[in-house]
Amino acid sequence: MESMLRIRNLKCFYGRIMAVKGISLSVKQGEIIALIGANGAGKSTLMEAVSGILRSWTGEIVFEGKSIKGLDPPAVVRSGISLVPEGRLIFPPLNVYDNLRLGAYTRLRQRAKEEVGQSMEMVTALFPILAERFTQPAGTLSGGEQQMLAIGRSLMAKPRLLLLDEPSMGLAPLIVEKIMEVLETLRRKGLTIVLVEQNARAALEAADRGYVFETGTVVLEGKADELLSDRNVKRAYLGKDYEEFDDEQR
Amino acid sequence: MRKPDKHTIACILFAAGAAAVGLMTDDAYYLQVLIFIGINTLLALSLNLLMGYAGQISLGHAAFYGIGAYTTAVLSATYGFSPWLALPAAIVMAMAVAYIVGRPTLRLTGYYLGMGTLGFGMIVSIVFREWHSVTGGASGFVGIPPLEIAGFAFDTDRSYYFLVWAVVLFFFLLSRRIIDSRVGRALRAIHDGEHAASAMGIDTARMKLHIFILSATMASLAGFLYAHQVYFISPETFGFMASIKIVTMVVIGGMASIWGSLFGATLLTILPEWLHAFADYEMMVYGLILMLVMIFLPQGLTRGIIDLYESSRKKHDQ
Repeated sequence: MESMLRIRNLKCFYGRIMAVKGISLSVKQGEIIALIGANGAGKSTLMEAVSGILRSWTGEIVFEGKSIKGLDPPAVVRSGISLVPEGRLIFPPLNVYDNLRLGAYTRLRQRAKEEVGQSMEMVTALFPILAERFTQPAGTLSGGEQQMLAIGRSLMAKPRLLLLDEPSMGLAPLIVEKIMEVLETLRRKGLTIVLVEQNARAALEAADRGYVFETGTVVLEGKADELLSDRNVKRAYLGKDYEEFDDEQR
Repeated sequence: MRKPDKHTIACILFAAGAAAVGLMTDDAYYLQVLIFIGINTLLALSLNLLMGYAGQISLGHAAFYGIGAYTTAVLSATYGFSPWLALPAAIVMAMAVAYIVGRPTLRLTGYYLGMGTLGFGMIVSIVFREWHSVTGGASGFVGIPPLEIAGFAFDTDRSYYFLVWAVVLFFFLLSRRIIDSRVGRALRAIHDGEHAASAMGIDTARMKLHIFILSATMASLAGFLYAHQVYFISPETFGFMASIKIVTMVVIGGMASIWGSLFGATLLTILPEWLHAFADYEMMVYGLILMLVMIFLPQGLTRGIIDLYESSRKKHDQ
């Protein structure tokens, strides 16, 4: 099957520093892909390149058969890719409703009011708590609610590919679990998802396949459950005494 | 989702109030002060759209105020054009300058944007002062004609009062339309985080440029109204201190608040008039009042007064 997103020999630069050093990966329609690895491994940089925020890269990024080289973020959003940024980056003084409507920014221009209304219903069905908080400033939400808002906001753009950068950051394990469940629900609705995570275990449990990043390169790739049981991955990213740690938590 | 529009009601009340004040005030001095409040409100509102809503600091806004005043002065007095032809020229001039200046400077953020616009304001103010042959230099520009429509001249204070406040009302309504629209949400999103805003698909560079141009246009219009009110303009009216004063009006009145622009402009126009009583200590008292407002009402007058009112009502209920 033809891949939805194909990245070939991607190199990303911040000035003269190369943060991503020749990465290739592919994502098929309907997959959940996890990108895991330590801080500074280049995962977020890759997300920025795909979403058009970082423009200084070489190589090839092809989405649904079209190169996204030279596209700015608005054009990328219009083409069907939506990013849930690292640290959520909601708009705190704006209320929840306005935050969500901002997610549909590129669509409201096309006067697709009705369709946007349907997306709003879909998002509030997914996260009923958001509907209860419509008129509340987004900054007053809890961390978990803010993450839900950030995801909901990105869904308002009606993407076919959803990129999530560290959705579990700073959240309680129970909330992380809930968010991963939502991703599974979204996938069943036909959405394709790429997930960057430091919480490797949660990400790999939700994903079909995974890529392990290290200092700007992919060192390992494979089926998520295989990566989960891989000895090296376990030691490097899941914590050495992962089993015991897990027992302690329960 | 649409509630009965409180703002429309407020605007109607405001228009009625402004009209009543205009009809009842006979004292020429008070009418003059009210006209200046109107002009300053327009200035504060123009900067509030840019600074309060979109979060882009401009420390050179008086430059556009001056461009409006000098363009109409030169065209109508030196070249004898009708002021109504000078008006579009003043607007186009401000828009063109805003475009040329905005393109590169709006790439800057925070303090750097402040510095960039500060430099721009200084350059424009030097041009007003040094370009003697056109602007009259430091001694100022005299002989600006009054405004006229079909034989009716706005040469009385009362008629000018109505003209100015009609313009203010128009921009109140326009600003509200913008703020409540998709564009307004985008502006506030840019204020909160450009990164996130662009991830939403907002073309932040274009949006900032557009609001900058609109803001400059409004300031230029204020300059136009000012020039045809006082008939005499000089460079210091549009210098650095004037830019700071506009910023102060916005901050004191309340960022991201349309009515805050009105309160801020009113306070900063009236205060110096009242403080004449303190003679030599005028500026000290002025500074002190600004400090106290910021310490006790850091969100500005509008928000501060609403909060005070709400907390006193809560106490009352208990």
